[in-house]
Amino acid sequence: MSTAATTVKPVMPAKHYLNDNYGIRSWLLTKDHKRIAILYLCTITFFFFLGGMFAALIRLELLTPEGDLFHSDTYNKLFTMHGVNMIFFFLIPSVPAVLGNFILPIMLGAKDLAFPKINLLSWYIFIVGAGFGLAALIGGGVDTGWTFYTPLSTGYVRTPVIVLAVGILIAGFASIFTGLNFIVTTHRMRAPGMTWGRLPLMVWANYAASLIMILGTPVIAITLILVALERGFHIGVFDPKLGGDPVLFQHMFWFYSHPAVYIMILPGMGVISEIVTCFSRKRVFGYTFIAFSSIAIAVFGFVVWAHHMFVAGISTYSALVFSLLSFAVAIPSAVKVFNWTATMYKGSVSLETPMLYALAFIGLFTIGGLTGLFLAALGTDIHIHDTYFVVAHFHYVMVGGMVTAYLGGIHFWWPKMTGKMYPEAPAKLAALITFIGFNLTFFPQFILGYLGMPRRYHAYPPEFQVLNVLSSAGASVLAVGFIMPLVYFLWSLKFGEAAGDNPWDAKGLEWQTTSPPPTHNFHEVPIVTEDPYNYGEEANVVH
Amino acid sequence: MEQQKGASTFGMWVFLLTELMMFGGLFASYLIYRLKFYAAWEAGSSSIDVHWGFINTLVLIGSSFTMAMAVWAAQKGDKNKQVMFLIGTMILGAAFLGIKGIEYKAKYDECHIPGHIIGKAFNASGGCMADGKVTGDIAKEFMEHQAEIHKPVPEAFAKQTADQTQIFFSFYFAMTGLHAFHMVIGLGLLGWLTLRASRGEFSGQYFTPVELGGLYWHFVDIVWIFLFPLLYLINRTHG
Repeated sequence: MSTAATTVKPVMPAKHYLNDNYGIRSWLLTKDHKRIAILYLCTITFFFFLGGMFAALIRLELLTPEGDLFHSDTYNKLFTMHGVNMIFFFLIPSVPAVLGNFILPIMLGAKDLAFPKINLLSWYIFIVGAGFGLAALIGGGVDTGWTFYTPLSTGYVRTPVIVLAVGILIAGFASIFTGLNFIVTTHRMRAPGMTWGRLPLMVWANYAASLIMILGTPVIAITLILVALERGFHIGVFDPKLGGDPVLFQHMFWFYSHPAVYIMILPGMGVISEIVTCFSRKRVFGYTFIAFSSIAIAVFGFVVWAHHMFVAGISTYSALVFSLLSFAVAIPSAVKVFNWTATMYKGSVSLETPMLYALAFIGLFTIGGLTGLFLAALGTDIHIHDTYFVVAHFHYVMVGGMVTAYLGGIHFWWPKMTGKMYPEAPAKLAALITFIGFNLTFFPQFILGYLGMPRRYHAYPPEFQVLNVLSSAGASVLAVGFIMPLVYFLWSLKFGEAAGDNPWDAKGLEWQTTSPPPTHNFHEVPIVTEDPYNYGEEANVVH
Repeated sequence: MEQQKGASTFGMWVFLLTELMMFGGLFASYLIYRLKFYAAWEAGSSSIDVHWGFINTLVLIGSSFTMAMAVWAAQKGDKNKQVMFLIGTMILGAAFLGIKGIEYKAKYDECHIPGHIIGKAFNASGGCMADGKVTGDIAKEFMEHQAEIHKPVPEAFAKQTADQTQIFFSFYFAMTGLHAFHMVIGLGLLGWLTLRASRGEFSGQYFTPVELGGLYWHFVDIVWIFLFPLLYLINRTHG
């Protein structure tokens, strides 16, 4: 903590972006990237809890081996809506649209993103897309699985597939506009002295994710358009009866949806880079390697899509190639994990809440990533494809990885965003509860998958019950861990201590301005003269 | 201003890259199916009228020319010429859409619209009535053409090929439809630009919106430059 804290209590600045303008119009017509980030925060939090509700219902059903709580068709709707809400309406926007929107321009020393109005438009587009999603839900929910495989989705189900597909397609455009904004801002709006080699790793990570957003999302857009056309007008692009190829759908779908998982994880990795360096009081080990590994993940991520299709009828030769490439894509992620741990080595590690989440990330993401290799290996994949092993793997990387990073980032930048500190003791408790609940929920699923329990089934053989009950029990603990932050963050808005400019004593341009920042981010344009993360060096405040 | 112009132009190029990826998905699928159903691609392509497609190509290239002239006029600050060229571009764009309408109507008459939701049920092997005549019999055309080149095919194969042209037409409508949708948006953009130009908003100092609108319009043109040979020319064997 800064020495000034012992003599002077921090106070909120008199004028900042939150109280600069009042009234609903000033929020709904804002061009301030910070306010747009808050708008996104509220929206995706809603969808997180909506998706979580579906998860709760799934785990309730799976307490008993018989399919006794829900009809099988309803169960199909539950896991579909869980997946769709979590992936498209929570995870994809999460770090980029909330933390990225808020912090990226400030980290670059800019007043705002390159295209502020497009930024606001992106939120409205997201709302429209999410609105279609809600409409599909009210219309009975879709039951095809979030993967919409044809010809089931195009020709056989009677659920509102088109409405949901259109919603996802529209929300995808929100993602494209956010990515476009980040790319142009990073190229064109850096403060004087902020060279590419001085960019915070959060910026590199979001930049790489933005590259994927702009290149991959249009492909899912056209795929969903074709699904809607086929379902609505009975044209036959994927329909075998007319000569179409259902596997073509899978290729097109996964060409986006695999890079999509890297859209989800890369910004989270950026957050972890920021947190680990700050709470180890040590500059990041291997900055260049981490920066380029983000780009490498983005590039490699585009050439591994068919590892989702090993048993779909692709040739063994192409399966071999994709398997090899999938092993390769693990390497840049491993580089990051090693660099983070090397950063902590001989650092002065303190265990504030963001660091707890970062440590959890490193461990859980490693497990998730390594289990991905079991799936990438052709021989083992035959046995564990479409089992709970896959479910456990992706929840380890997406929840143990991404959601953990997201929560860590929210805790880290909450003081900057709101000017208030959250209460540290409940926060640490919530982090611990989340960690325990998460592992209890998903570790048994690795075993279940290995033993052969298929995914997307609402009934299972009785010998799997014990593990399923453990998993459901874990889910209830995890729910507590997720609800607690909602409560104490809201509490902190009214009752939290003022945070001051730099409560973590961190390096980085965002900590050189007030908490919350003024509407134009800086009172004077910052000039960057130092490398990033220069912890442990002599005083060198950036002005 | 210079930096803003650079940023906006860069942003527009990035956006066009996303559009390229979107059309790219369709092009990739088209190519895959062409390999799978080569005969049907030949038969389907031969049955669409190349004359209208060619005229449309000229119309669109012309509209790109008028668009480029509009950007030049905006840069010079010549208000009248700007408006004139922008309106010219819009007229040519509308002409393109009109001709597309004629083509789509012909497809409707010949029962070549895939599926059975819009218009009459798809039928490419005889029996599509329009104005009292039977039309759009691709199976028959295919058999006749094959006989002419001394490579006759059995009737069952001709019928199968004709049935498979439904996939070809799915792509035809999806690709030209998506393209036409982008042209409609483009017309809207041009209308907005014309309005701003008529108010004298553009000059040598600031003509970025016209330039970016031009970039979009040229992109839509380039997509057609690829669509026309792929759909109308390369698989064509007769007609």
